[in-house]
Amino acid sequence: MDNLRVLASIAAMVAATAATRALPFLVFRNRKVPGFVPFLASYGPPAVLTILTLYCFKDVDWLAAPHGAPEAAAAALTAALHLWRRNTLLSIAGGTALYMLLIRIL
Amino acid sequence: METTDRNGDVGPPPGAALRAALPATFPVFLGYTTIGAAFGLLLASSGLPLWAAPAMSLFVYAGAAQFMGVGLIASGAGLAEIAAATFLLNLRHMVYGLSFLETYSRAGARKPYLVFTLTDETYALLSTVSAPPGVDPDRFRFWVSALNQSYWVLGTLAGTLAGGLAAFDTRGLEFSLTALFTVLLIEQTRKVRSPLPYLASGACAAAAYLALGPSRMLLPAIGASGILLFALRKRLETRG
Repeated sequence: MDNLRVLASIAAMVAATAATRALPFLVFRNRKVPGFVPFLASYGPPAVLTILTLYCFKDVDWLAAPHGAPEAAAAALTAALHLWRRNTLLSIAGGTALYMLLIRIL
Repeated sequence: METTDRNGDVGPPPGAALRAALPATFPVFLGYTTIGAAFGLLLASSGLPLWAAPAMSLFVYAGAAQFMGVGLIASGAGLAEIAAATFLLNLRHMVYGLSFLETYSRAGARKPYLVFTLTDETYALLSTVSAPPGVDPDRFRFWVSALNQSYWVLGTLAGTLAGGLAAFDTRGLEFSLTALFTVLLIEQTRKVRSPLPYLASGACAAAAYLALGPSRMLLPAIGASGILLFALRKRLETRG
């Protein structure tokens, strides 16, 4: 893979991430925070995370066998584990392990 | 924690902040080394050059965004799309910054690093644990942040090396991103309880998927749900 393109992509990620972390400190150093900023900061994440979670399933072929069963089962296990124990590591490891198993046996 | 000083000077001995930060960050140590290793392993199996793994963990330092970035870069996404998706995914970090405006206002030379390393876990830790008596709170926060990042980089290096050296059958490892987003989404539902933002953005994602197809749905879906959120703002803010 082209090193320069990877480097540019990472630079874009660095800039975007640093912006989300530094903007509040740079912009609101001596100013009152306008109302839409906390609104966006608190209601943006649930919206974006909903879309990104669904986006992960975009390439699943629901019509052909196994009809997205590994993805659905692994996501359900991840969610169930997380609702049960609320241990991020356990939830991710459990769901991923089930997925890796299912795509090999189905 | 022993804080007696030998010379009768006021102030904590050097290293006290680091010694206090070590046990405080232990849970993050477990999580970051493991997830960092999974990230390194995923990157090594994605076809990206191996240097990209430590580079991302040092300079991007955002777990979910790094997993997503591997997928986006490997699939040939454009720079604007990568930047926009990263920015939007990390939008939640703004909440952390906004709530730490006061806390970090006197951190001096350490402030840029503290701001740059404000991840989900570091924020969660720093907003619940405080420096023990006799330990400078700014130094303590610095060491918590620095140790957390060192765990992340360490895990990344281990995973990258393992993935680069041995040929693992990593098919399906990419599901860890789906699992990570699922976890983050569940965590969000504990903070934002109204179903509206989830339903509105879910509908936008479904509409964009049907209208534009899987490869072009992401940004239009996010844009549309942003507009929809502002249209629903009054309702969301009055009902909470």
